[in-house]
Amino acid sequence: MEPTTSLSGPPTSARRYFVVYAALIALTGINIGLAFVDLGRCNVVVVVAIAVCQATLSALYFMNLRDSPRLTWLVATAAVVWLIILITAAIADVLTRGWLGTPGS
Amino acid sequence: MPDHSPGLAHQFEEPVQQYEAASLGMWVFLVTEVMFFGGVFAGYTVYRAEFAAAFAQAGAHLSLLLGSINTAILLTSSLTMAFAVRSAQLNRRGALIGFIVSTMVLGAVFLGIKFTEYAEKFADGLVPGPHFTYVGPDPRHAQLFFSFYFAMTGLHALHMIIGLGLLGVLAFQASRDRFGAAYHTPVEMTALYWHFVDIVWLFLFPLLYLIDRHG
Repeated sequence: MEPTTSLSGPPTSARRYFVVYAALIALTGINIGLAFVDLGRCNVVVVVAIAVCQATLSALYFMNLRDSPRLTWLVATAAVVWLIILITAAIADVLTRGWLGTPGS
Repeated sequence: MPDHSPGLAHQFEEPVQQYEAASLGMWVFLVTEVMFFGGVFAGYTVYRAEFAAAFAQAGAHLSLLLGSINTAILLTSSLTMAFAVRSAQLNRRGALIGFIVSTMVLGAVFLGIKFTEYAEKFADGLVPGPHFTYVGPDPRHAQLFFSFYFAMTGLHALHMIIGLGLLGVLAFQASRDRFGAAYHTPVEMTALYWHFVDIVWLFLFPLLYLIDRHG
């Protein structure tokens, strides 16, 4: 047996992987359940918020971001920031179009 | 001279530096993937806001059962992929191959279910184009919903197929004893990709299948 010093750092415990997996499945269950509850316009927000929690769990533990160098954190955060800019800018335009009316009509 | 391990490229001082460079490169690639999928998600968000009623009605035609099963399958495949990396880190070759193959099987089942769903949509005339025979209010914008549905899930499925190819190569390499605690960068990088594709589905599923179900 070779010495088990792993190239990519010490292995994550099997227990932790199972806990994360259980949490991901539970959140999916909650999300499906909430789909049948009428929360009005909050429905989208809740559903996406749960998906964000799931993505965060997966990135931190499955993708091992938690024990990654700071530079990797910076890259991952940059993706989220640019994605928020992309979607906010697009939706801000559409949702505010009717506010001022169209001149001449 | 420091000892030169066989997997180490000349431009790197040591294996860990090489590993970190590969990892960072993979993350940068995943950022471009976030922006790639982000464009489709942004488009979907805009049209969903514009034609909320039509999209909600059209979305009710998707199979919640099959979508939910597929979500569970994909999450399980992420677990087996995580265990594949762990097996490599612990020098367990048999387990590594087993977990890679399990991940491939789960991925293939996901695609199988996805194609069943597609077949149903074809049979029901819900595929955008000349044979689109949607019964309900505002078929024009329902068609737009289904265009997004096929584009988004299709792009995702394409990523899954690429992932299966990568896993196939990994399984072959693992069977030839290429990976162990000292070197398993390809396993780790493929895992990052696989988990990312899983995360994309974690957003596709609620946005396509779950919003406005109660109505």
